[in-house]
Amino acid sequence: MNFEFIPENKRKFEEYLKRYPQKKAVLLPALWLVQEQQGWISPESMEYLAKLLDLSHAYIYETVTFYTMYNKKPIGKHHIQVCNSVCCWLRGSQETVEQIKKKLNIEVGETTTDKRFHLSTVECLGSCGTAPMMQINNDYYEDLTEAKIDKILKELK
Amino acid sequence: MELILSKNWGAPNRSAYASLQKLFKMTPAQVIEEVKASGLRGRGGAGFSAGVKWGFIPKDTKKPIYLICNFDESEPGTFKDRAIAEKDPHMMIEGMIIAAYAIGAHTAYIYIRGEFYKQWEIVEAALKEAAAKGFLGKNILGSKFDLDIYQHRGAGAYICGEETALLSSLEGGRGYPRIKPPFPAIEGAWGCPTIVNNVETLSNLPYIINNGAAAFKKFGTEKSSGTKLISASGHINKPGVYEVEMGLPIRTFVEEYCGGVWKGRKLKGLVPGGSSFPVLTAEEAYNVNLDFESCAAAGTSLGSGGFYVMDETTCMVRMLQFTAKFYEHESCGQCTPCREGTGWVSQIVKRIEEGNGRDRDLQLLIDVSNNMMNGRTICVFADALAMPVISYVTKFRKEFEEHVRLGKCPYASTMVR
Repeated sequence: MNFEFIPENKRKFEEYLKRYPQKKAVLLPALWLVQEQQGWISPESMEYLAKLLDLSHAYIYETVTFYTMYNKKPIGKHHIQVCNSVCCWLRGSQETVEQIKKKLNIEVGETTTDKRFHLSTVECLGSCGTAPMMQINNDYYEDLTEAKIDKILKELK
Repeated sequence: MELILSKNWGAPNRSAYASLQKLFKMTPAQVIEEVKASGLRGRGGAGFSAGVKWGFIPKDTKKPIYLICNFDESEPGTFKDRAIAEKDPHMMIEGMIIAAYAIGAHTAYIYIRGEFYKQWEIVEAALKEAAAKGFLGKNILGSKFDLDIYQHRGAGAYICGEETALLSSLEGGRGYPRIKPPFPAIEGAWGCPTIVNNVETLSNLPYIINNGAAAFKKFGTEKSSGTKLISASGHINKPGVYEVEMGLPIRTFVEEYCGGVWKGRKLKGLVPGGSSFPVLTAEEAYNVNLDFESCAAAGTSLGSGGFYVMDETTCMVRMLQFTAKFYEHESCGQCTPCREGTGWVSQIVKRIEEGNGRDRDLQLLIDVSNNMMNGRTICVFADALAMPVISYVTKFRKEFEEHVRLGKCPYASTMVR
């Protein structure tokens, strides 16, 4: 499937070019635009950015695979990322993971069959004081309890 | 105590940008001298003198100079820069204007971790406000000084908080640390002189310019002036971000700020400065103060102020397992001792925790750690796991031995909250 920025993103991309002394620096912001537009970084989108930024497809692939937040394949509509780093673990994040697995009937790294939820565990999200916590797409959900998780998942359906 | 960093956290910052009137009457060299005299040390973890760092910018450079605000806050236990950005973003921006003026930068970037989307939105709005009021852009307040600030979002790599890795990421590639020297002040972003300062470091600058170095130095200890944001988490009654005067005894901090150890339990150990530094036992911790020199004397570091507490029911093997897992996941993979070492440490601790440890594993952990650190790698990431490993294994040796002897974790049933 071919990829092209929608006009709004093309405008943002042109704006980003003015912010840096070298074109290559726009790569990370441009990848964010791709992900906002289609939810993941497809090979076609890398090919597209390679042309726009005068970089090789290989270079872009190499960069994309370094960063955990760029999705290398399509995922569910709501990406649930539970922090399971040391400070969240001290306050019960493993139970949080187990509760969500049970509620959605999926393992970590899987997507629900209706493609609504994808579950990951991640390292520190800088929210240790409000642990346990999770990020769903751009939003943080903190001080989680089982009742709170129920409510959040219900509202997202 | 007078608050420096968190004084506006309950209400809008009405004195934002007040320091600029005074700033533009000073020469950049005077600003650098004032900050040197204040004793302000970097709040991102290393504790290096901010003014001295600025002084490394070559005087005769013809190249553009860049300022970067390091907002890649990702160290387990640390969530204080986030609090500044959420509650008083203008103090950070004002600090950036001061730093940029001092070093002669006309373009500055805020490198913000990708996960902090809401904070990115807040800072984006604050930048627009500042620009609309003439505090950013061309000829700021008629000073002939120009400055543009842009945010650059990371994408989920802890190592990008290391200043040279940050530069690699900013330039549009993998976040690989670079060999120093050259230091960024000489050859940083795009080969140009660059200063990378932490959010909290920069946020101290408005106070220093408004009130002078002497006023700032009244806070804290001789070698750690000012206040420090401590982000407290783990087994305490009141987790949160607290501004304390440098030198506050850890016991006072735990009992008075954090509301004590939770559930009426006893303290087992704590980490004062983030996961990259050695753990302190309860006995050690209550003889240490929250300042750079006291923490260093105790063999650990105030680091970034990522303070987390473990109660008496905590399994210290599992504690190390979760710490090691982070470093295994976040190693950038450039240097073999780190790429392999973090994985080995993680696997060995895991097998001890799961009851499959061997008698010689404890020494093996120490040996692997010793072979990972002290200049065998490009950056200090490997040291940041090696030092904690040695601290957990030596200070809680009996627990590790018990796991091996029993062939299981003696805490397994008590770990659930």
